[in-house]
Amino acid sequence: MKELIMILISAALINNVVLSQFLGICPFLGVSRKIKTAASMGAAVIFVITISSFVTSIIYQLLLEPQGLSYLQTIVFILVIAALVQFVEMFLKKFSQGLYNALGVYLPLITTNCAVLGVALTNVQNGYGVLTSTFNGFATAVGFTIGIVLMAGIRERIEGNDIPKSFQGFPIVLVTAGLMAIAFIGFSGIQ
Amino acid sequence: MGACRERLYNGVVKENPTFVLMLGMCPTLAVTSSAFNGFGMGMTTMVVLALSNLVISAVRGIIPDRVRIPAFIVIVASLVTIVQLLLQAYIPVLNDLLGIYIPLIVVNCIILGRAEAYASKNPPLPSMFDGVGMGLGFTLGLTLIGMFRELLGSGGIFGLQIIPERFHISIFVMAPGAFFVLAGLTAMLNRLKNRSNGGAGSGGQGTVCGHCGGCGNLLCSVSREEPDHLSGASDAGKGGSV
Repeated sequence: MKELIMILISAALINNVVLSQFLGICPFLGVSRKIKTAASMGAAVIFVITISSFVTSIIYQLLLEPQGLSYLQTIVFILVIAALVQFVEMFLKKFSQGLYNALGVYLPLITTNCAVLGVALTNVQNGYGVLTSTFNGFATAVGFTIGIVLMAGIRERIEGNDIPKSFQGFPIVLVTAGLMAIAFIGFSGIQ
Repeated sequence: MGACRERLYNGVVKENPTFVLMLGMCPTLAVTSSAFNGFGMGMTTMVVLALSNLVISAVRGIIPDRVRIPAFIVIVASLVTIVQLLLQAYIPVLNDLLGIYIPLIVVNCIILGRAEAYASKNPPLPSMFDGVGMGLGFTLGLTLIGMFRELLGSGGIFGLQIIPERFHISIFVMAPGAFFVLAGLTAMLNRLKNRSNGGAGSGGQGTVCGHCGGCGNLLCSVSREEPDHLSGASDAGKGGSV
């Protein structure tokens, strides 16, 4: 139990996936204009990363490692993730219309999110078991959601401000992200 | 030969992936804590990009249109695995430095973006040069960012010490520095662009969306919340998955 709490804090806050590991920067900068869309994106990412960590971990433990095929992990994982995202979308459409309406639009975008593949590979690298991998995936995705929602909140405030012309658009968002990253460094004191 | 040279120029200057197209932001920010790291990542990506463009262009007539994206992903993932194994065997230093970001080249927008935009429509040789050009442009961007971060953060360039230790601003080799340096460089570029537009252009605005152009504008359509684009985006996504 204590180990799981440590993983939660470390994956969500200390080693925040966006602000300290730079995975999933594309949606972090692209879909963070409004809090509502950012939160939906975050929810979809939590959903997909948790499931994909579980599935990729099982495949690695039961298939790739015993057969000595671990060098194939990149190819297998990316295919599994792409197929899984497609499957989750079909499943939600059929069985849970409400959830599909809320997350459906964001699901296809997640295939291009490198955080999903990144978490799967980190799990293997750290030698996590199936349960720990799933939990680590969940915690990482929670970290992503915290980051993107905070970012959207700040960007809603920035919108009307008088920003120097050269910094309008992309640069000011990067500066904001940098300041957030400094704030997140503070969490490393928790350990 | 002229077409090949034009491709190189296009990749390095006109459509520079880091500063103009804003693609592949994850490695751009993550592995540029020193000039050497940025250079190594850029060169690795260039090798994958040139080979993937060559292979995809060579088989472009065989792959049915409907399954082209999954096929591209398999080709790119195989090439990345090959490059990773080669690095492990011959340049283990670089492999240790870049770590998890080598397999993550698979999901780099530049590679699928170039495959889709150029290699799937053009003959092999220009496609390969397109990959080399884009890769060189990416290397240039990463090395430049790495140089700034290394100079400010640990006082050297390519390991050559210039600034004494007292004056190091170590935040620049840590995570936040990556954001700041890229922000500064992009702002500088915007300023140059604005000036050449007679100060009237709004070059800075809308670039947030420009950076994901290569991913089929999927992210932009969501951030704009336009229903037409949304349906288009999910269709594109369906084509994109297996």
